[in-house]
Amino acid sequence: MDFDLTEEQRLLSETVSRFVADRYDFHSRLKAMAEERGYSRAIWGQMADLGLLGLPFAEDDGGFGGGGVETLLVMEALGRGLVVEPYAGAILLAGGALRLAGSPAQKAARMEGIIAGQYLMALAHSEPDGPRHTVDQLRTRAIADDKGWRLTGAKTAVIAGDSADELIVSAATPGGVTLFLVDPQADGVVVQGRSGYDGCRVADLRLDGVWAPANAVLGGVGSGSATLTRLFEEVTAALVAEAVGIMTDALNTTVDYLKTRSQFGVAIGSFQALQHRAVDMMMQVELARSMAILAALSMDMPAEERRLNIAAAKAKVGQAARFVGQQAVQLHGAIGLTLEYKIGHAFKRLTAIDALLGDADHHLDVIAEAGGLPAIG
Amino acid sequence: MNLDFTDEDRAFRADVRIFLAKALPDDLRRKMVERRHLAKEDIVRWQRILNARGWAVPAWPVEWGGQPWTPTQRYIFQEEMALAHAPEGSPFNVNMIGPVIAKFGTEEQKRRFLPRIANIDDWWCQGFSEPGAGSDLAALKTSAVRDGDDYVLNGQKIWTTQAQHADWMFALVRTDNTGKKQQGITFLLLEMRSPGIIVRPIPSIDGISDLNEVFFDNVRVPVANRIGEEGRGWDYAKHLLGHERSGIARIGLSKERLAQLRHLRADLAARGMLTAAEQARLDRKLAEVAVELRALELTQLRVVAADTAGGGAAGAASILKIKGTELQQRMTELTLELAGPAGLGVPDHHGDGDGTDGWRAAAPLFYFTMRKVSIFGGSNEIQKNIIAKTMLGL
Repeated sequence: MDFDLTEEQRLLSETVSRFVADRYDFHSRLKAMAEERGYSRAIWGQMADLGLLGLPFAEDDGGFGGGGVETLLVMEALGRGLVVEPYAGAILLAGGALRLAGSPAQKAARMEGIIAGQYLMALAHSEPDGPRHTVDQLRTRAIADDKGWRLTGAKTAVIAGDSADELIVSAATPGGVTLFLVDPQADGVVVQGRSGYDGCRVADLRLDGVWAPANAVLGGVGSGSATLTRLFEEVTAALVAEAVGIMTDALNTTVDYLKTRSQFGVAIGSFQALQHRAVDMMMQVELARSMAILAALSMDMPAEERRLNIAAAKAKVGQAARFVGQQAVQLHGAIGLTLEYKIGHAFKRLTAIDALLGDADHHLDVIAEAGGLPAIG
Repeated sequence: MNLDFTDEDRAFRADVRIFLAKALPDDLRRKMVERRHLAKEDIVRWQRILNARGWAVPAWPVEWGGQPWTPTQRYIFQEEMALAHAPEGSPFNVNMIGPVIAKFGTEEQKRRFLPRIANIDDWWCQGFSEPGAGSDLAALKTSAVRDGDDYVLNGQKIWTTQAQHADWMFALVRTDNTGKKQQGITFLLLEMRSPGIIVRPIPSIDGISDLNEVFFDNVRVPVANRIGEEGRGWDYAKHLLGHERSGIARIGLSKERLAQLRHLRADLAARGMLTAAEQARLDRKLAEVAVELRALELTQLRVVAADTAGGGAAGAASILKIKGTELQQRMTELTLELAGPAGLGVPDHHGDGDGTDGWRAAAPLFYFTMRKVSIFGGSNEIQKNIIAKTMLGL
């Protein structure tokens, strides 16, 4: 039972925290959102320079071999800064698919560019007309065509999809789900980017008989569901950590506001009703933080324990994030409603995190179906 | 970071488990499983078994019977006790007055009281609350006036749990009215058999008469039975309330109760007593409890780890208390729901139901009785005041 960081982890945490504190204030976020791709290339380059873009990749692939705890530290810090750059989407999600399923040749062709911030990938999995949280019920289909595949279907909520140099698309194939590397410039691909309500760019994707060569298959044919299952567990843990970072900052900002905002001739933080609400927020943040740690540490657990602990973490953090987000807005009053102040942005990103990779209800269903949680320790 | 217990801690857990399997009398265990009310003799008997093993008061100083356990080991011990359905013992003896005497008492007081407290040769009750001093404890008025080698007490305590069993009371009394109300409070030990003490039981919603009023009419208490200095009782009381927090969230207890809820739900379903919709609804509620319990367990473990390193945050105990009691209460609601209308008939004796389904009759009383946990020991609202002040700076 040990919650201490190693020396290397402490250094990583300090580095990212300093980066966020020094280089990423609320104004930076607004500026990044206004850029063409919806994020700042300059900031992305700085994150590459710090080594963050290579963090989760194996040392043999030019990365740093970071695991659950390293990702926890980075995502928590990025959350505190409400960083809009697509670290989770491009590096952990799409990059993670490449890391988990890519052949040596596929990795060799892309890793250097990804880690340097020169090559961006996006994962297209969610579908506009299918079940919300699934790894195998897909309507997008790939049909074997001589020497390759033809993909047809629609995808939605593709994070950073409109700035991707390459897409990873999941599709139903004979024998299961298969992941494909798809060139967004290929014939039959239509990418429609838009800004998500959380400020992060997402894209809708249409595939109309898009041809992909046989060597565009990522991992084996039919192995996509297994890859996505593992991948989504990792990224769920990362999103949970991000939410904890956002909640931490939202709580601090709210408590500061209670101390400075004066009404009826006193600081509103002197009112017990508001003090208790702030305490309720704080307790939820701490419970959520415990679950983010559990999620990070469950990466090395046996599959079933990992699956259920991750589900528990996402469920708890989803509930906590809704409460903390709503109350941060409520305690700020009208200023919590404006886009000119960061609390509203924090609230919206927290809302989006619950919607991604299974909301609190979905994960509670997972646990109910399993009949509870396995013991820890 | 890792969630693994060390080999040493695992071995410790195994020792505790083996001991409990052998030492816990079966009739006591059954009473606990069935949520039946424990008599004073039950608690005393178990405490003495623990004491014979040297485990009755592990958090005390070693020279007075404590164990040199780490906070993690104390946590493991409490968890195993709960999972084995062992009674918790008297909190007034073990967690409250013992540690206060060990820290602030004279050598004479330690020698006289501590061994008897550990063995429950004396049963203690806590004389803190008064009709006008609940959450605002420092408003207490019971007066103690010095007369020679005695204090003379007049006034009243209320909500005194198990005063009807008690041989001794530790009490906060007012010895000075002139300064701040926290000053002028003195910590006294008084014998319940002293002339001038009247104990009146207060019937409570759970059907148990464990709450009492205690009246003092010119009760004489030797000055030798004062803890520490006159007028510093408030400081000693604060120590008492914040003494031990490795078990404050009562994780083991909640784990055991969740397991029992699952067992009861499965049993009722197997007997065709739950519709499919009811089963799905219950499973969903149990999943929520499981998630909340996991989050609290991890939070408790973080506090234990921080305390081991000597850097635990002051307000953490309040978080654990609030969330722990909310969870305990939530589970009594679910037991109540499971029991359904069969729980309406009050059993003759608390919890003594009709054989295997006795729990159904006990469920409502258990639900009613557990409302106390968010009230006593500093209500959850007072805990929030503490967190707001100490952790948020509000």
